[in-house]
Amino acid sequence: MSAFTQDAVRRLRANPAAVLALCVLAAIALLTVCGPWFNPNQIQALDWLHVASRPGLQGAHWFGTDRLGRDLFVRTLAGTRASIAIGLVASLISLLVGVTYGAISGYIGGRTDHVMMRVIEILSGLPLIFFVIFLTVIFGRGEYLLFISIGAVGWLTMARIVRGQTLSIRQQDFIAAAVASGAGTGRVIAWHVIPNVIGPVVVYATLTVPQIILFESFLSFLGLGVQEPGASLGTLIAEGVGEMEAAPWILLIPGGFLAALLLCLNIFGDGLRDALDVRQA
Amino acid sequence: MTPTLSIEELTVGFVQQGETIEAVDGVSLCIAPSECVGVVGESGSGKTQLFMAAMGLLAGNARSSGNIRFEGNELLGAPPAVLNRVRGSRLTMIFQDPMTCLTPHLRIGTQLAEIMVHHRRASWDEARAAAVRMLERVQVSEPRRRMNQFPYELSGGMRQRVMLAMSLLCEPSLLIADEPTTALDVTIQAQIMQLLRAVRGEFGMAMALISHDLAVVAGLADRILVMYAGKIVESAPAQELFRAPRHPYTAELLKCIPRVFGARLARLPSLAGQAPRPGEKLPACAFAPRCPRAADRCRSERPLLMGADRQVACHFPLAP
Amino acid sequence: MSDPLLQVRNLTVDFGAQRVLSDVNFDLFRAETLGLVGESGSGKSTLARAILRLLRPAQGSVEFSGVNLLSSSARVLRAQRRNLQIVFQDPLASLNPRMRAGDAVAEPLKIFEPQSAPGARRRQVAAMLERVGLSADMAARYPHELSGGQCQRVAIARAMILQPALLICDEAVSSLDVSIQGQIVNLLLDLQAQTGMAMLFISHNLAVVRHLCSRVLVMYCGKLVEIADCDALFAAPLHPYTQALLAAVPRIDGTPGPAVPAAAEHSARAPSGCAFRYRCAFALPVCASQEPPLAQISGGHWAACHRSHETLNPLS
Repeated sequence: MSAFTQDAVRRLRANPAAVLALCVLAAIALLTVCGPWFNPNQIQALDWLHVASRPGLQGAHWFGTDRLGRDLFVRTLAGTRASIAIGLVASLISLLVGVTYGAISGYIGGRTDHVMMRVIEILSGLPLIFFVIFLTVIFGRGEYLLFISIGAVGWLTMARIVRGQTLSIRQQDFIAAAVASGAGTGRVIAWHVIPNVIGPVVVYATLTVPQIILFESFLSFLGLGVQEPGASLGTLIAEGVGEMEAAPWILLIPGGFLAALLLCLNIFGDGLRDALDVRQA
Repeated sequence: MTPTLSIEELTVGFVQQGETIEAVDGVSLCIAPSECVGVVGESGSGKTQLFMAAMGLLAGNARSSGNIRFEGNELLGAPPAVLNRVRGSRLTMIFQDPMTCLTPHLRIGTQLAEIMVHHRRASWDEARAAAVRMLERVQVSEPRRRMNQFPYELSGGMRQRVMLAMSLLCEPSLLIADEPTTALDVTIQAQIMQLLRAVRGEFGMAMALISHDLAVVAGLADRILVMYAGKIVESAPAQELFRAPRHPYTAELLKCIPRVFGARLARLPSLAGQAPRPGEKLPACAFAPRCPRAADRCRSERPLLMGADRQVACHFPLAP
Repeated sequence: MSDPLLQVRNLTVDFGAQRVLSDVNFDLFRAETLGLVGESGSGKSTLARAILRLLRPAQGSVEFSGVNLLSSSARVLRAQRRNLQIVFQDPLASLNPRMRAGDAVAEPLKIFEPQSAPGARRRQVAAMLERVGLSADMAARYPHELSGGQCQRVAIARAMILQPALLICDEAVSSLDVSIQGQIVNLLLDLQAQTGMAMLFISHNLAVVRHLCSRVLVMYCGKLVEIADCDALFAAPLHPYTQALLAAVPRIDGTPGPAVPAAAEHSARAPSGCAFRYRCAFALPVCASQEPPLAQISGGHWAACHRSHETLNPLS
């Protein structure tokens, strides 16, 4: 680990809010993986004896059931898992595409940069929601499509950030030194540009995850995302809204998970940004 | 006679990661009215921080102790209101890079006049007139036109002249010049040094001239202080210092300056080792690891700055 | 003399509408140390970058051991770069902050000798670090953990590891402390004696050039104004600008040299005539209308001044 990373870790550790957020995130992740092992209920099993029952111990429905008698504990955990997975995968896609695209555009510059940036402007001119609806209509609904369509649009800002950083790094002598040492464009980008933009990139990626989770929930809420009988936090919340007055826990439990997830990711992202900010040192 | 600036046992440290890194270590000095003192040292010797402390411009994580008296008044730890009354009028400073010291979005004239309005309660018209006169005195060509220009429209040398005009407006009793010519070309450097000499004769203020370059200081300073690792190692009248340096560091430094004239050398004289890094663990005499005269005593017993007119902090100084 | 290692002909560089380098011609011979002096903005660094083709000149040619670098393909150019290396002014900025010193030195090896074994490469890097006066354990350090002088040694090691035929030093010692400057200059001299490489030593510090170089180019506003053997240049400079530069160097004895008048601020760049005439004490009407060509005044001593045949003494 480089001295720089060590410094960043030390500064991150000194930030109690970020550490707490990270602990809560780890606890949620652990719960979504291990939680279902301790609960006898199946995700799609209907328990007609307990329909829309309150959270409690009857039938091991710890978080209660929905109006079809499905166990909310298992469904909420599965939904959280699905949301986290979509957030991570889509962020990863946007990270890979955005960093590569931005670094190439910024480093090569000139006409290439011009064309590549116009493409980004056209894409970001399209309303994201229509773009996703458009894709779902053409390719049909499905989780993989959701990953791809969100990731495919999420990289635009990342590419812009990376390009801006690259433009300033390109001016530095160590880039000229590398070129003068015979390094080709690919090598300069991979070894000299990208390692030096990683700070802002990591921060932005951390802050992208909650955005994507929120967006996925929004799409699922509208019925465009994860489909029944599968669950994501968005579908669960959509379901809960219908029963808000009669059985508020159907809304509040997945809603609480979503809120906790977003809050922790945002706090952690902010903490990471502060930790990587060299000027703080 | 009260000295213009007297610093006693000044220590400046910076707190980093819970540790205090000393930048200035127990420095005492005195600048008499209308005296020009050159402060010479390599990067990291603490020469800039010494005067930043006097100006109350230390960074937030700095810890300082000791006394800094300016015209008899204590500046160290003085409230900002007191500092602001002195700074910019009685006590002024010019820096290495004049571009970063001028506000980029204000016209030169506004920046100059503002000082007079602020410190002297002058009207804007009077202040602008005074500013034009001052630009003339520092040999700025076409001063009236310059008043309406922005800093980026001026060359480096011209900006340094504007900075100098700004620092002279309220007739300071001490001007601190921190590497005033380091960022400038050699021909411009010669012009600015000539100007500083002229200005000093005209205004009669005391000066502290900070530089890494002994040769730059040579033409102007009455007395030269040589700093190494946060301490003053030698203090002497300028001519004597160059004629017969007593501290081995000063002697080595003088040898290291390459000469433009005279015989061509096959190799340049150099000083072995690295300048100490801030926070590095150093022996009693910080220069001992690089010193040709060092003995065991230098590593165990700290040499004190001794003497009256010529001071030297060395157990084995060179013969005068 | 033998064939020149580097032949620069009519090299011209434009930044937008501004001409920063115009019609530069010179030769650099094998094992020679050629100095290039001038003030900031005179185009010294631009010349270095144009030779290395780190930027695109508007016209001219740079022939390096018989190959024109400006017209050669990317492949040929990359192959030539192994023999043509550069050391920059700011030692910290010229090293990748996220790369250990050892990796930085090893990079040219990885590019040009990808087949060599990692162990052998590591030994080669350690040996190179020792040659530039660093201990082998410095290889594991990051640039910000090194002092300025040490960073510059790493940069020199990186440039030297492939044994280039020409090393360009762009203000390589200017940002170092006086006591360190001498070490680095001596290191360059030692490396040159061991390898027989040529050096183009760019500096605004005349004193360093004086002791290091055998011939000197003087540049003003993108043009070469004087070329001479080092001893001849310092003993009897012909161009008024060179004379002004020499006079402006601060002396230890404290005697102030005569100052040169400042250039007129933002004077529109004259389309004709001598660029130095605004600051020149000897300017004639002809200087405004006609650009003086770089002409040989005596054996190997060239100057671009209408009055270079007369004896002009700025100190009188």
